Parts: sequence; structure tokens; C-alpha cells
Amino acid sequence: MSRRPYLRKVERNWWLQHPRYISYMIRELTSLFVGLYCALLAVGLVRLSQGHSAWDGFVANLSSPIGISVQLICLVFAIYHSVTWFALTPKAMPLMMKDEPVPGIVIVGAHYVAWAAVSAVVLIGAGI
Amino acid sequence: MARSNKPILWLPFAGGGLVAALITPVLILITGILVPLGVLHLRYETLAAFAHHPIGKLILFGAVALPAWHAAHRLRMTAHDLGLGGGIAVKTACYGTAGLVILAAATALIVI
Amino acid sequence: MSEIIMLEVLRYHPETDSEPYFQRYTVPYQDDWVVLDALNHIKDHLDATLSYRWSCHMAVCGSCGMTINGEPKLSCHTFLRDYRGGVIRVEPLDHFPIERDLVIVMDSFMDKLGSVKPWLIPKQDKPLSSGEYLQSPGELGAFHQYTQCINCLLCYAACPQCGLNEDFVGPAALALAHRYNLDSRDGGKDARAEVVASNEGIWECTFVGACSEVCPKHVDPAAAIQQTKISASVDWLKDLLTPGGHR
Repeated sequence: MSRRPYLRKVERNWWLQHPRYISYMIRELTSLFVGLYCALLAVGLVRLSQGHSAWDGFVANLSSPIGISVQLICLVFAIYHSVTWFALTPKAMPLMMKDEPVPGIVIVGAHYVAWAAVSAVVLIGAGI
Repeated sequence: MARSNKPILWLPFAGGGLVAALITPVLILITGILVPLGVLHLRYETLAAFAHHPIGKLILFGAVALPAWHAAHRLRMTAHDLGLGGGIAVKTACYGTAGLVILAAATALIVI
Repeated sequence: MSEIIMLEVLRYHPETDSEPYFQRYTVPYQDDWVVLDALNHIKDHLDATLSYRWSCHMAVCGSCGMTINGEPKLSCHTFLRDYRGGVIRVEPLDHFPIERDLVIVMDSFMDKLGSVKPWLIPKQDKPLSSGEYLQSPGELGAFHQYTQCINCLLCYAACPQCGLNEDFVGPAALALAHRYNLDSRDGGKDARAEVVASNEGIWECTFVGACSEVCPKHVDPAAAIQQTKISASVDWLKDLLTPGGHR
């Protein structure tokens, strides 16, 4: 009796073959835009360290058409990162209260409250 | 099979994910919408004073370095998913870029 | 003329075929039939050479896992009425070598399962005379969902990392390790960590979450793995800060 097990190859475009995996890829790619914005912030800090006019130049670039466009794209992906990150938190950190699991929606909700609070503090700090 | 040292990469990744989720959107809102619209003004004196303070340095560094690390680790894993492999080239590109960003931020904050 | 439905089934007989191919069958449609009933009809009346695994026909034994229209499913748990008027494509589970027709080689999984030491490893040796372990409902509740795995392998088929790396220990094995690590009677977390916290263990996972989506018993292996990442990272930090201390 001859056995000859056949292993089907995984295609390079495996993630394009099901909406679930496309969704996953988009979720992962949010980090590209988060990283891009961090690089932008790092440049900003360098400009800040270089003095008044360097900083003013950086702020002017932020407000340029390219500056705004790039940042808007980053913002969309950053928000999607927040939404997907919060949604996954109850799975990674389930909480028990008196032997009963805390409902996932409570954990997620608490993160949205924290998000709003942090955002408010930063906005107030920035002078809104 | 042996216990992995992955936690050294994963812990900052997880922390960075949370920091990115909580802080990055509002920062982009400020620099990408409110400042261009003229609603907020990031004055040099104010920001330099904030960055001069040790707590300010810490906050600014955390807001840049942790999400940058998060992005590096995640993109390294995604490169593997996309068939680009997990070799030294991918690791260098990902962690190296994050390293440069983090170094630049740290250096700038030390000087300010 | 009673209603029919088409099945397109992957065939592979290693003694005659160089590679798999699809064969079409016309099967009677019945409202209460599942894909397994259609396969049994094929085997009983149309083509006795078709090979496939099944047993309980009620989604508790885990034998009949297959890829149905691209989705990992239990064939006994997939109703024809949800595909009425169309063609149902039936293939073996992804990411496993095909032995014959719809039968996969699952030896690698059996090895992985054994490697996580899925049995109680007591914290201390207790003589029989000291009596049984006591466990409160709360303590049982902490790990109960992870006991529900029927080893159907749908999660391995759904997981892209299982497809990209055949050495990945995989969702079901890691969920079972978590079941024991969470059991109040168990003290074996360190013994399991050699495999569980290795690069081929939890660290291969990127939290796609497909495993938990396809699990017919709602085990949620994705959650098990993420929780283990946190616990393994805490242990790693403890080891770093207190060498040899916590073990």
C-alpha cells in the first residue's frame, strides 16, 4: 500500500482570498501609518531642538497640502488601530469580578472612556 | 524548542499599541487638522518649555518611541505574512528604522 | 422530479493520481441534510471509492472537519439549505497533507498536542490518603471554556501562521496548554513553557483571530494564546529580575 501524502502549497496571495484575511492585513497595515507619523513627530522634535525658525518651518510644513494629506491618511489608520486594539483587549486581558467574568463591552467601553479622557487632557494642554 | 526571548520585543510592542491607540489620534488631530486650520498654535516657546521639563521629555519620548517600536515589530511580522521572509534584512529594516526614529527623538529631547 | 444539489469534491488516490482533482456529484437536496449526509449518499449510492472521516454526526467528536466553499467547517454541522441552488465545493482541511480524498494526515497535530503536556502536573505530590482536590465553581469557570476543544483542527486550517509555518504548535494545542495552566489543581506552567513559550509556540501567533471565528465549540484559542503571551512575558521579566528566583 503506497502512501504519498500531498501537501497543497500556500499561495503568496493567501490573504487576498478571504475577506477575513484582507481585514487582518488592513488592521496590521495601520501600524505603517502609526510608524510614519512617529517619524514625522521625531523630525518635529529634532526641529524643536534646532531652534525657533527650524520649528516654525516644521509647523509650516505640517500645514502644507502634502503635510495635511499625509496626516489625514495617518489619522484614518490611527483611529482604525484604536478601534481594533480596544476590541481585542477583553480577549487578551479578561477580568474577573467576584468569580464572574466582566463583560467584554465593559472593558472595551472603559478604553473608549480613557481614550476620550487622554484626548481631552492633550487638547486642553495644547491650548484648545 | 526553548523558552523564547520574544518578550523583549513583544512587551514594548504591546505598550506601544496601547499608547498609539490612546494618544496618536489626538496628536494627529492637533498637528494635521487643528494647527493647519489655525484653531491651535504650537508656539515654539510653549513646546520648548514643555520639552525642557523632565516630565515633558518623558511624555514626548513615550508618545514617539513606543508607537514607533510597535509599528516596527508589527511590520516585521506582516512582512513575513506577505512572503518577504523573516530574515536579517527584514529585521534590520524594521527595527533599524524604529531605532533611528527613537534615537532622533531621544537626542533631540536630551538637547532641548 | 425532486430537488437536487451539486457537490464538487476533491479526489486524490495516491496509487493512481499524481495530484488532486475535482469530481462533481449530483445529490438529492433535503432541507434537513448536512454536507455529511450528502457525502454518505455519494458513498452509499454513487461512488464507494470516496474516503472521508466522520463519526458522531453531532459536532462533538471532531472527525469530519473539511473545507466547504473555502471555509473550515464540520461537515455534520453544515446544512445543504445554506447552499441551496448552488454548488458546494468540498475539500480536505487546509494546511495538512492529504492522505486520500478528504482524509488528511494529522500526525503533526498529535505530536504538537502531546508536546504541551496536556495533563495535570500537581504542584506537590499528594498521597491518595490526603483526599481529592477541591475546586470551587469559580475556579472551574476560569478554565472551563478551554476544556471544550474536540480536536477538529478547523482552527489549524483557518490559521494563516499554520499555513506559513508547519512547525507552529497551533491554536488547539496552545488552548489546551492554557486549560491546564489555568486549572487551580495544576502546577505545570513552567514544564509546559519549554514548548508553549518557544518561538514555535505562542510567539508565532499574530492574533489573526481566524481560529476563534471558525471554532465550533467556542473555545476561543486566540484569547488563550494572547493571555499566555502576557503570562509568559511576566514570567520572562521575573526571570530577568530574579534569576532562578520564581522557579
